[in-house]
Amino acid sequence: MIRVIAFRLLQFPLVLAVIYLTTFMLVWVVPGSPFGRAERKLDPIAEQAMKERFHADSWKSFLAYYPIQVITKGDFGRSMQYQEWSVTDIIKVSLPVSVTLGIFALTIGTIFGVMIGTLAAVNRGGLFDWLSLTIALIGISIPSFVVAALLLATFTGRFGLFPIGGCGGFREMVLPAVALSLAPLAYIARLTRISMLDVLGSDFVRTARAKGLSRFTVIWKHCLRNAFLPVLSYLGPAAAATFVGSFVVETVFSIPGLGQHFVNSVKNRDQTLILGTVMIYSVFLLTFNLLVDIAYSFVDPRIDITAKSSS
Amino acid sequence: MTALDQPILADAVEAPPDTPDGLFTRIRRSRRIRFSFAVLMLILLSSLLTMPLTLRSDHPWGYNNQYALPVRVGPSFSASALWCGSDTLGRSLIGRCLLGGAASLAIGLAAAVISMTLGVAVGLVAGYRGGWIDALLMRIVDILYGLPYLLLVILFKIAFEKPLSLLVRSESAANFIVLFIAIGIVSWLTMARVVRGQVLFLRSLPFIEACKAAGLGQWRIFTRHLLPNLVGPIVVYATLIVPSAILQESFLSFLGIGIQPPLPTWGSLAADGLSPALNPIVSHWWMLVLPCTLLAVTLLALNFLGDGLSDLFDPKAEAAKI
Amino acid sequence: MRQPLLELVDLNVAFDTERGRLRPVRDVCFSIFPGQTVALVGESGCGKSVTALSILRLIPQPPGRILSGKILLQGRDLLTCTENQMRSVRGKEIAMIFQEPMTSLNPVFTIGDQIMEAILLHQRVTHRQAKEIAEQSLRDVGIADPARRLSEYPHQMSGGMRQRAMIAMALSCSPQLLIADEPTTALDVTIQAQILELLRKLQRDTGMAILLITHDLGVVAENADTVGVMYASRIVEYATVEDLFDHPQHPYTEGLFRSVPRLGQLSERLATIPGTVPNPARFPSGCKFHPRCHRMQADRTCANTEPLPREVRPSHWAACHHIDTFAASPVTRPTLDHRREVVPLTDPALHPQQRASARD
Repeated sequence: MIRVIAFRLLQFPLVLAVIYLTTFMLVWVVPGSPFGRAERKLDPIAEQAMKERFHADSWKSFLAYYPIQVITKGDFGRSMQYQEWSVTDIIKVSLPVSVTLGIFALTIGTIFGVMIGTLAAVNRGGLFDWLSLTIALIGISIPSFVVAALLLATFTGRFGLFPIGGCGGFREMVLPAVALSLAPLAYIARLTRISMLDVLGSDFVRTARAKGLSRFTVIWKHCLRNAFLPVLSYLGPAAAATFVGSFVVETVFSIPGLGQHFVNSVKNRDQTLILGTVMIYSVFLLTFNLLVDIAYSFVDPRIDITAKSSS
Repeated sequence: MTALDQPILADAVEAPPDTPDGLFTRIRRSRRIRFSFAVLMLILLSSLLTMPLTLRSDHPWGYNNQYALPVRVGPSFSASALWCGSDTLGRSLIGRCLLGGAASLAIGLAAAVISMTLGVAVGLVAGYRGGWIDALLMRIVDILYGLPYLLLVILFKIAFEKPLSLLVRSESAANFIVLFIAIGIVSWLTMARVVRGQVLFLRSLPFIEACKAAGLGQWRIFTRHLLPNLVGPIVVYATLIVPSAILQESFLSFLGIGIQPPLPTWGSLAADGLSPALNPIVSHWWMLVLPCTLLAVTLLALNFLGDGLSDLFDPKAEAAKI
Repeated sequence: MRQPLLELVDLNVAFDTERGRLRPVRDVCFSIFPGQTVALVGESGCGKSVTALSILRLIPQPPGRILSGKILLQGRDLLTCTENQMRSVRGKEIAMIFQEPMTSLNPVFTIGDQIMEAILLHQRVTHRQAKEIAEQSLRDVGIADPARRLSEYPHQMSGGMRQRAMIAMALSCSPQLLIADEPTTALDVTIQAQILELLRKLQRDTGMAILLITHDLGVVAENADTVGVMYASRIVEYATVEDLFDHPQHPYTEGLFRSVPRLGQLSERLATIPGTVPNPARFPSGCKFHPRCHRMQADRTCANTEPLPREVRPSHWAACHHIDTFAASPVTRPTLDHRREVVPLTDPALHPQQRASARD
């Protein structure tokens, strides 16, 4: 087990390098310059000077400078857009906000998603099945910006239950976390329902009932642990995506998280910031996928990650 | 020892054993599928059939006709174009919603077709050929999975919109096409994985072994025995790609890089309606409610359709033992 | 006559499906006396497993429904029990083991967890005592090194081992009745023999009764005291094992015996019963067996009226219009206390629970 984890960890740098290079290639071939916008064209000479200052005058000088900085100092360089900030500082300031919010949202989504999905499966075809699935599906049938804005308008203006924006305290976190949790909640509810329906048909359910266990124990102890596996494998990528922040929620609730930088950096062709955010995302993704694989072997003893090919 | 379970067949069978119902019988019996299909058809047909009106610039229902109606009027029955009110530029909201529906559904369908073609092709080749081809294709999928999809969509759009608009000589057409492809291109990854997984699973089943033992050719096994078993998951995933593509377009509209302004989609209508509807002084709620309702109903119907189909295709639809 | 341990009286079970109501169990009556082994034998789909599940009220509801009848456990009707009372019957008084040892154990819990769960549920013992009882019951079913096996998962064991673990789990609370639903069908022949031998030994030791559900006449001959032959959701013949094998009365039973290959008998082909098992949704009218029956006669009695079980020989019931002996015998409800002498062992090595039940 430990050997496998070590092996997977050793692969990380290689995978990250490939993702770094791919991202760089994508960003580099796309037309447009990080310096100056359409309405405020920079003087060509000034732009050239700027590019040279940021080692962005050619792909050779870019690749000769930045990767070495990243490897030796963990420094992604200065943001080409916000020139007085270094990428590392931007991430340091905004990532904790996004991660806190993400943990909160994913916890809500997992708990309620699993609950709704399980109850729906147990009442298959019944009113609760229909109702819960509809509610869960509404969560992913209305654009997230509408849901977020409606939550904001309803619970801040009229009832004044929660503050309008900002971050820090628990109360500030509730609304954005709820908004952010809706999509994972709906997805987890459906996953749980489907795999639960499968598990409820297995023979061991009958054995457990024949022992004299109550329906409640059989469902929530025996079945849930089996039905949780697909949810677990969804949680890896979902955690990575949620923890790095969401543009919509952060914009609507004016939260200074990392999510906005994903969109803005790409829109502005801020090459250094793009690379920084993508690398953070990739590290999260790889880590959570590894964690999920480890968790898998705890939840289901039949799965032996030592026998699994790395991917 | 004798097993009675072994068939005791000798003479003519008097009553033929019941065959399970055919797929179409089951589809017709499923209320969920029938209902969501009817809703989808209703929305699709009304969007398509009104296009001659909504595309005209001189008809009051015209999507970009700013001169026929007063601005920001709530829904009323005084004129057909005002059934759903008018927007901030005095355009008929019902006309815009109908055309927006056509645009949104077109984006969804195009994305589904693109991702289906690409995903099925890659998944089939990877799963069936195996070996280094499989490894290579799946590593590419892994890497693309590792990148945030927004990065791909936005970069793709920026990279290809300009050259394409020169090629097709119409900016809005180029915008539309690039949007199709951009969304399609990020949604094929899951499809590829699903198809590959299914192929690998099917190949491990004894019935493929039996086909080989019966002397069937590779091609025949592939087309007659493998593909039919793949149709289920492919159709289910394709149905589920449509709603996610429509949602992604709405997200891109919110970012301001979706469809270009005068042309509406439900997503862009909702994004545009957000601030007038949430205006704390006078709420112009209809600008948000109508497109959102249409969007939500369509996506719900699509999701229910997908779920209903996946229930049908799932061979393990065993009864709960509790 | 002693009081039966379990008595089924005119049990009727229905499944309401999309295509209408199925009746997998009709008017089933039989009784099991303490220490006795009753076998229900029949083809798949004849309703024997549903009967077994109905005794524990474990048929999924909906779609299943027990329409009428009585299930008397020592005189107490289980069908009028509340769900909570039922839960203390399941596992404690009546235990059940299933056909598929591969899938009947939860793959994500250890064997020990699963056995101890039942013990902790039904007995007032500490966790440590529960573990000891679990270990002892694994030892009783002949599993070597039970302490280690307790912490193993089902997938680490062989099929036979898993079925032994299932039996250990079922017997850990010393039930008075064990329902074994095709306990050996999924196992190799040698393992089958071992498991059946084990069940016989455990029965001798504890004095429990066994309801054996099987389709295997060989298993019936070796293990049962009394046999009920089920066909198309009814018991068509009910007798002691010797009487049934020596003097089968129902044409279906005759057909079954004819289709068993016999050692030393040379014949070109094995005899078969013509036709197939009827679909539960479209049972034939009258006697359910008449389309396949060689005794059917032109008078249309068979096709029109369903025969009721009659005592056609002493302690031998069969449901057929065309049995000549005992022709005018009245319809009676079968209750048969024919068991081999079972002397419950009061072996001091047995753990207290088992001894307690053996004294009962």
